Amino acid sequence: MASILTAGELRKGVKLEIDGEPYLIVDFEFTKPGKGQALYRCRLKNMITGIQFDRTYRSGDKFNSADLEEQEMQFLYSDGQNYHFMNMSNYEQIEMTGEAVGDASNFMSENLLVSVLLFQGRPIAITVPNFVELQIVSSAPGIKGDTASGATKPATLSTGHVIQVPLFVEEGEIVRIDTRSGQYVERVKG
Amino acid sequence: MQTDEKRVLGGKKRFLEIGCRVHRLIRAFFEGEGFLEVQTPLLTSAPAPEAHISPIAAGPSLFLSTSPELHMKRLLAAGFEKIFQITRAFRAGEQGRFHHPEFTILEWYRSGADYKDLQQDCQNLVRFTCRGLAPGSPLRFRGADLDFEGQWDRTTVRRAFKKFAGWDPGAQPDEDRFDPDMSLKVQENLGFPTPCILEDYPASLAALARIKPQDPEVAERFELFWAGVELANGFSELTDPREQRERFRAVIETKKRLEGMEYPMPEPFLESLEHLGPCAGIAFGVDRFVMLVSGAESIDDVVAF
Repeated sequence: MASILTAGELRKGVKLEIDGEPYLIVDFEFTKPGKGQALYRCRLKNMITGIQFDRTYRSGDKFNSADLEEQEMQFLYSDGQNYHFMNMSNYEQIEMTGEAVGDASNFMSENLLVSVLLFQGRPIAITVPNFVELQIVSSAPGIKGDTASGATKPATLSTGHVIQVPLFVEEGEIVRIDTRSGQYVERVKG
Repeated sequence: MQTDEKRVLGGKKRFLEIGCRVHRLIRAFFEGEGFLEVQTPLLTSAPAPEAHISPIAAGPSLFLSTSPELHMKRLLAAGFEKIFQITRAFRAGEQGRFHHPEFTILEWYRSGADYKDLQQDCQNLVRFTCRGLAPGSPLRFRGADLDFEGQWDRTTVRRAFKKFAGWDPGAQPDEDRFDPDMSLKVQENLGFPTPCILEDYPASLAALARIKPQDPEVAERFELFWAGVELANGFSELTDPREQRERFRAVIETKKRLEGMEYPMPEPFLESLEHLGPCAGIAFGVDRFVMLVSGAESIDDVVAF
């Protein structure tokens, strides 16, 4: 829930609501002449659009903290435009635009459990698990036994996203991917 | 956890060593000048009323000292002539690259002196300390060269504001305009590569300073800046108990209105002013000075915890 913050509580990492939108303080500097008034210099990042700007606040300024919460949800399906999820705590379905889902869609197969960030109950961002398992749906034929050369080839995942995999990985196999780097980790035995 | 602490504290070793040498050199300087080192209470029932400094409460009717100023002046009023101390000062809500709610403050006072004498002291102290540190390579702070031997810069508040902020603060500037411009426009231009003395503050921002007899629009107050960092604040002390009481009363009223907190009038101090002759005193930020001479990025680097 949102709460009231004073200027003295501003820090890097604090999330504020400004003009109805959630902002993250990505940079913060406190300045104050010894006998003068304090200034709180913030670089703010809009958590929906990503746009950043600088604002300077004074003692006595008050803020609403951004009303944010994370909920575990299951990815159900994409209808081509929007992505549909089920909130695991109340079994309600929600949908998010492709824009809001962003790159997370590269790693989302049906039934995957993800963390959805809600601002005032509205989904604004998604975090997929650090590691996901996805099927290779198309790739050039593999070279059996070549586990040492280190060479790679492109492979298309079931989500449509293309990654680099070692030459021995075959079409139809399941691979583990690190979603933070987007890189192949290992083959998963079926 | 333990290894993490070992790494963090180990990383501060160089800064703590320089800090230790700075403390020793400061003491050696004042010993050479014939000063008496004193200690005054950290707990006080009546901190100096300051519009923009918030004391930290330490119990019912008790506060941690925001500066040793009032007690130091009571010693002067009792006949001590040259005194200094290095101590802790506590100020609520001050935390940042150059601020720590518990910081190390150096104060010294001279009876029969004025703010010009303190400016000379600043120059002698900084040169003595920097020479004593004998840095192997030229001092640099946040990309700027520091020079302590060259001719120090000196300007008035009025001149600096006209030059860097584009307006004349006069005798009674709007504080809501003055303070931000000082922080964001003026201060960052002061003290390159030698330290800069910024003097003659507007009379309305005199704090505990006396008004300049030849120019009643300004107070005999100055600050020392080096590489854009505010290092010290000194003045010819106001010794008129009636005027001091009026200024305190105004501040106490303001704080009551803005913070809902009623601070007591420092009566023993006001009483001592009846016996205080002309004198001058200054507060000097030791942690920030250590940052400058060690190239530390943050005040957190130069304090262990």
